[in-house]
Amino acid sequence: MHEPQGLRTPAKMVAAVYFSFPLLLLPILRACRTKSFVEAAMAEDKFDVIVVGAGPSGLAAAVSLAKAGLEVAVLERGVFAGSKNVMGGVFYRHPLEEILPDFWHEAPLERAIVEQRLWMLGAHGHTGIAVRSDTFGGIKPNCWTVFRAKFDRWLAQKAEAAGAMILTEATVESLLRENGKVVGVHTNLEDGDLRADVVIIAEGANSLLLRDIGVHPEIKPNQVATAVKEIIALPAGKIEDRFNVEPGQGVTIELFGSLSRGGVGLGFLYANRESISLGIGLLTSDLARLQVKPNDLLEALKEHPSIRPLLASGSTEEYMAHLIPEGGYNAVPRLYGAGWLVVGDAAMLVDSVHREGSNLAVKSGLLAAAAVVRAKENNDFSAAGLASYRNALRDSFVMRDLKKYKGLSHFLESHPHFFTVYPDLINDAGTAFFTVNGQSKREMQRRLLKMIRQRRGLLGLMLDAVQGGLTLQ
Amino acid sequence: MKLEDKLFLVTFVPDSETHLSAIKQETCRTCAGKPCISGCPAACWEHEAEKNEVLVSFEGCLECGTCRIICPYHNIQWKYPRGGFGVKYKFG
Ligand SMILES: Cc1cc2nc3c(=O)[nH]c(=O)nc-3n(C[C@H](O)[C@H](O)[C@H](O)COP(=O)(O)OP(=O)(O)OC[C@H]3O[C@@H](n4cnc5c(N)ncnc54)[C@H](O)[C@@H]3O)c2cc1C
Ligand code: SF4
Ligand code: SF4
Repeated sequence: MHEPQGLRTPAKMVAAVYFSFPLLLLPILRACRTKSFVEAAMAEDKFDVIVVGAGPSGLAAAVSLAKAGLEVAVLERGVFAGSKNVMGGVFYRHPLEEILPDFWHEAPLERAIVEQRLWMLGAHGHTGIAVRSDTFGGIKPNCWTVFRAKFDRWLAQKAEAAGAMILTEATVESLLRENGKVVGVHTNLEDGDLRADVVIIAEGANSLLLRDIGVHPEIKPNQVATAVKEIIALPAGKIEDRFNVEPGQGVTIELFGSLSRGGVGLGFLYANRESISLGIGLLTSDLARLQVKPNDLLEALKEHPSIRPLLASGSTEEYMAHLIPEGGYNAVPRLYGAGWLVVGDAAMLVDSVHREGSNLAVKSGLLAAAAVVRAKENNDFSAAGLASYRNALRDSFVMRDLKKYKGLSHFLESHPHFFTVYPDLINDAGTAFFTVNGQSKREMQRRLLKMIRQRRGLLGLMLDAVQGGLTLQ
Repeated sequence: MKLEDKLFLVTFVPDSETHLSAIKQETCRTCAGKPCISGCPAACWEHEAEKNEVLVSFEGCLECGTCRIICPYHNIQWKYPRGGFGVKYKFG
């Protein structure tokens, strides 16, 4: 056989067509395969797996299952995957690259994050730390800012390309159960019921299905935060100047302090390609207790003296709201049962200390998929047959990290001075330290100590430090 | 920036039927803080003084779930809008 490179032009073209013909056929064959299995599955109303929800957890599971050759359908209530989804949002390279190596070359990403800042906001300004490193960026960045309406849509296309079926505008209203086993879902689609060996619940934070099957009692207001966010448009050049970065690079700023008005709350400001994501989340129980309006918190944050200049001349493009699971380790529900598994936010898998959620979602989706593949091999979809998911999750970073911080949300709720007294105190102390006004340094130190005694007390401060340290140990 | 102006920037596919409502008005009447009203990020809930009722405008709902969870009496009937309806984010 001749190598096509050696041929003259017309012959080359013929050869190119000749050689690429099987390649051209591939997508058609794939579509036929997808279509035929979907038709077959729909005809007998039975898939291997149904995934409820096309967020990162459900889609990661779907890509993995489809690659393993299983017939999988993802049901998404939105017009397209991502159309209902909100995050800060920092998306990490790990662990999605396990199933989609080099995904960052084609995924819709905003900026690679090269600097991460943490600011304590006081009334007059902030005290902060920043970590910047070239190693965050480079050819394999650690994380990027993303827009979920774009990112999830792209990830759904990848799942489809792997052979999964994505059904949008399909709300799962309840789970079908027979003899104590989940056997499928009831949807708003015309022929409402779809059956499967296993249903993966990937509904996100506001999961209704778990409650309906009695696995998750009603979520408590202190187990979630209500977050609101705005996209504020700015030219790329302005963003690069304001954050001291090069094109394609970005910065994240996590914010806490006076902005949450004494409640447990966090703010964030992330740089996108041509916009800034600014948001704030407050424990939903504190929202009730303080009777504050989420949008008022966001507006106040926009006016803060440290934030206002970063947003100057920007215009708001979109406003959104979403829940964030905050219950941590102790709020994680039962993770599996006969014919079902739960992944991602629906299982409360969020590490709020490190603002990580989407990566835990992806990891749990992958581990759930692996457990289902194993169950399929053994043809055992009982609770025992799916139990390997719980063990794998327990041994992964997901449950280990949640366990590490398991006392934290309770600690912060019972130590509000971390959001009220300290940020202002530290900022005022810092201001006093750097202010030159003729006072001797000894006098200044005395004044600082007095300030601490008045506002928190030395004993209180030491206790907070020790207890806080123990919680994070 | 006013909340109304922000909500104007959000795309909705309006459904004809509501996906949320207060179950019992008697319960709302005894509810001291009425946290659904202040807690809703889209100001969908309001207290109608004349009839002394708590009403919801579901058309502007961002589907966050806050009201469902914040109601101290589990007095909100909450389901997802029918597939394809409701909020549709450009960025998210
Ligand atoms: C303001 C905010 C900031 C955040 N910042 C970060 C961050 O910077 N980095 C990070 O890693 N994480 C962050 N998170 C957390 C992260 O967004 C979540 O952990 C992640 O999205 C969880 O993915 P998921 O697939 O489990 O759920 P989701 O992404 O919520 O997806 C659930 C999907 O299921 C669909 N669905 C729900 N119910 C049904 C039903 N009954 N029928 C059909 N479809 C249904 C929904 O429409 C949705 O598409 C943030 C979250 C918020 C709210
Ligand atoms: S919080 Fe619940 S009980 Fe109270 S006013 Fe709102 S719906 Fe009624
Ligand atoms: S779900 Fe959220 S946006 Fe919708 S009414 Fe309830 S609190 Fe308001």
